[in-house]
Amino acid sequence: MKLFVPKKAATVLSIFIFIIAVGASAFRNDAPVKQITFSTINRDSVASVQAFETVYKTLMSPRCMNCHPAGDVPLQGDDSHLHAMGPKRGLDGKGVYAMKCSNCHQETNIAGLHMPPGNPEWHLPPAAMKMVFQGKSAHELAKQLVDKKQNGNKDIKKLIEHADDGLVLAGWDPGEGRTLPPVTHAEFKKAWITWLQSGAYAPKK
Amino acid sequence: MAKITLNINKKDYPLEADPQMPLLWAIRDLADLKGTKYGCGVAQCGACVVHLDGEAVRSCVTKVSRAAGKKVVTIEGLSETNSHPVQKAWQEIDVPQCGYCHSGQIMSAAVLLREKPNPTDQDIDDAMAGNICRCGTYLRIREAIHMAAEMQKKTGTKG
Repeated sequence: MKLFVPKKAATVLSIFIFIIAVGASAFRNDAPVKQITFSTINRDSVASVQAFETVYKTLMSPRCMNCHPAGDVPLQGDDSHLHAMGPKRGLDGKGVYAMKCSNCHQETNIAGLHMPPGNPEWHLPPAAMKMVFQGKSAHELAKQLVDKKQNGNKDIKKLIEHADDGLVLAGWDPGEGRTLPPVTHAEFKKAWITWLQSGAYAPKK
Repeated sequence: MAKITLNINKKDYPLEADPQMPLLWAIRDLADLKGTKYGCGVAQCGACVVHLDGEAVRSCVTKVSRAAGKKVVTIEGLSETNSHPVQKAWQEIDVPQCGYCHSGQIMSAAVLLREKPNPTDQDIDDAMAGNICRCGTYLRIREAIHMAAEMQKKTGTKG
């Protein structure tokens, strides 16, 4: 076999590597390897704004917006008219006096066309943080959604988790006679996460 | 069918019922308490309001299963001698015309007065907006609720 390194040099090199290895082992640390974390935000304004288009059209659909009204009366139906009977938000978002949400809205949808939809957590945002969607431009809503003073003190992680909140999911199970949001929940969630993880950029308008 | 015990007006009613059955059916047809009325059946009119652990639920859309283990109060159980301030005020002012909606009206008003002993006109509107009266007795309802509030204040009784 043809050697490219002289035999003597190879021996010296081997000894040298052995010494380095033994020396290095003295500094060995058996503590668990610290997990290297990377920032989950990869800023990309184009992808972010593009993803928000899907987010915005979903949040402004009746299934989401009807419980995020500009006033204190929830909206109802695919035309987002004021809720019949005019139930009021109340301090906790769960109605007032004899007109609490859960007096009609049960834990599950009631069978039948346009019967009261149900969820154990049925409510509006509380009076102290109304989280209004109705009437907001895409720019305004994007800014609001990531503002902790307006979003229930949610950071990016909590916002991502919120996509699977029971009441959010209820939008895709609206009961008979109501249209679904414009995209599936999976498509919405993907766009939501993309928007948040690419910097949560707000559209210009 | 399932065996369900409902506590209605402090009395236990062991019933055999489909858990999905509207509470109103159980109250009227199984417990034979006819004071609570069927109006619309879709939670739009308020004629069927009863108290479920103190809340003014619409029994036409409330399933029997939700009421199991809780306290149901119907118009028959609001007071033992029709002496609840709301009932007395209703009689004093002679609020009903046909009367069909008034067990629901009274049950809703009782919750309002418990939570807001001195309601304003706005509070009354907010609380009673879901109770429809085809005879249009709304002004007398409002007057009676104010009177009941006064009675409650004088006697110290609470709804």
